[in-house]
Amino acid sequence: MTAAAPTPMTMAEKALARAAGRSQVAAGEFVTASVDLAMTHDIFAADVFGMLADAGIRRVWDADRVVVVFDHLVPPPTIEAAEAQRRARQHAADFGIRHFYAERAGICHQVLVEKGHVLPGRLVVATDSHTTTHGALGAAGSGIGSTEMAYVLATGRLWFKVPETIRFELVGELPEWVTAKDIVLFIAGRFGADVARYRAIEMGGPAASRLSVAGRLTISNMAVELGAKFGFFEADEAALAFLTGRTREPLEPFGPDDGARYLAAYSIDVSDLEPQVALPHNVDNVRPLSTVRGLRVDQAFLGSCTNGRLEDLAAAAAILRARTVHPDVRMVVAPASQEVYRQAARQGLLEIFSQAGAVVLNPGCGPCFGGHQGLLAPGERCIGSHNRNFCGRMGSSAAEICLASPAVVAASAVAGAIADPREYA
Amino acid sequence: MAFRGTAHKFGAHVDTDQIIPARYLNMSDPQELAAHVMEDADATFAGRVQAGDIVVADVNFGCGSSREHAPISIKAAGVSCIVAKSFARIFFRNSINLGLPVVECPEAVEATDEGDTLQVDLSAGTVTNMTKERSFTAKPYEPFMLELLDAGGLVEYTKRRLQAASR
Repeated sequence: MTAAAPTPMTMAEKALARAAGRSQVAAGEFVTASVDLAMTHDIFAADVFGMLADAGIRRVWDADRVVVVFDHLVPPPTIEAAEAQRRARQHAADFGIRHFYAERAGICHQVLVEKGHVLPGRLVVATDSHTTTHGALGAAGSGIGSTEMAYVLATGRLWFKVPETIRFELVGELPEWVTAKDIVLFIAGRFGADVARYRAIEMGGPAASRLSVAGRLTISNMAVELGAKFGFFEADEAALAFLTGRTREPLEPFGPDDGARYLAAYSIDVSDLEPQVALPHNVDNVRPLSTVRGLRVDQAFLGSCTNGRLEDLAAAAAILRARTVHPDVRMVVAPASQEVYRQAARQGLLEIFSQAGAVVLNPGCGPCFGGHQGLLAPGERCIGSHNRNFCGRMGSSAAEICLASPAVVAASAVAGAIADPREYA
Repeated sequence: MAFRGTAHKFGAHVDTDQIIPARYLNMSDPQELAAHVMEDADATFAGRVQAGDIVVADVNFGCGSSREHAPISIKAAGVSCIVAKSFARIFFRNSINLGLPVVECPEAVEATDEGDTLQVDLSAGTVTNMTKERSFTAKPYEPFMLELLDAGGLVEYTKRRLQAASR
């Protein structure tokens, strides 16, 4: 007797089947999954480890699979933040956390991929909603709360509902100065901020394959802004090339099975896309750049786990070279990691930003989540390369936030108003 | 488990920055957080909300951050449960894990006005608008989620399970 042919699975189904130790799972099932990697950062680390200590738990389930990063409030801008980091540092020592980066590495999601912690097909959870980022390397990454993280650190396990998947096929050639950020903003505007709620996303097609790993990280990062549990790209040659030298683990491609069942599949031709801008106060309030240009800006922010990588800084520097930030605009630049910071320094990008009048910050999340390093006054408007424009996110609830690509941010910084990078190239 | 309270209506996509913005993330005392709950969505809410009241919202309630401060601040303000057309997934999990019932029932949201009296019965899976005298069926919970809520959240649930296992 021959076994029944296996049912083709999506990337979400394959990753959760693997994590649950099963050969087959289907959307709608509940599974208990073994976590491959768990990360927490300075906002939650002290609370998470405190919960374990209160419960009399003195060690994590697997010290090799736990990463702690300080990135949100570094260096600490308040006594309370300093105290939280002091406690987290002590916990990291007490619990024997081997991958404790403190404030020395950068934004947690960039650190996880740079340091080779994320592998295709693996299950990654972190106390941060932008954990969907790791789908860019084919990993099932998802954000969880502090209480669940304490449970994961104690047990190494967590329940999941296997999500249905929406597939986006990207076809055509991206025009020059139109980027991955514009693709994901376009999708948010077209399909809405909850199109993938309780669901996974798979990005595929020839235009997805041609995206750099950095561009894929941008789109997967913002999958959560579409409501998604996971935001996958196939782990192809480009993804494996990125990981080579960063990990000693064997590297294998990871993608969906042929014939996998999708809740919906959409084809998007990127050939005619123009730069996109999300207007206040929702990520899906998106307009083509040409319809919003000229809108005055007071702050330009380049950075974040969405768009703080080397190619993002290089695109902005290409516009800012031999130009000056508009006198009415403050520009802040935060590279996504120390690795990016050093590369940008070697390539002269930081000098270009400094010459142009921008403030170059240490790597971290500061302005993006409204923690410090560039908060907005009432009535001010910021254009940023980050991921959320919610009311009050970057300071005053009477301020406005617009989201765009690094190139649009740089052009707008020079113009003092939302501007088209193609006019500055 | 059943709750009765006055409805406070909110719109679509109420995000975690509106529920509790980053400027309060340094606080961990639930009562301090409760004083600022929903500040950027409705600055008068924290002063008006009474113990047992019910938050009623449109789609995608709680989108954004993974911060537990959001459901903690709502629960600490005395809100007995949230009825919405849908919830962002991390907020949904966090709420259950912290013992704050969150109920999906689009029809009840449509039929409810600010100030109506609602009765939510988790075990029966119903939302009843007492003011309008109409009853609706909510999206059912998985049995283990009801157990989680009954225990008051993931910490107490895990303690109960460990105690049961060691008996």
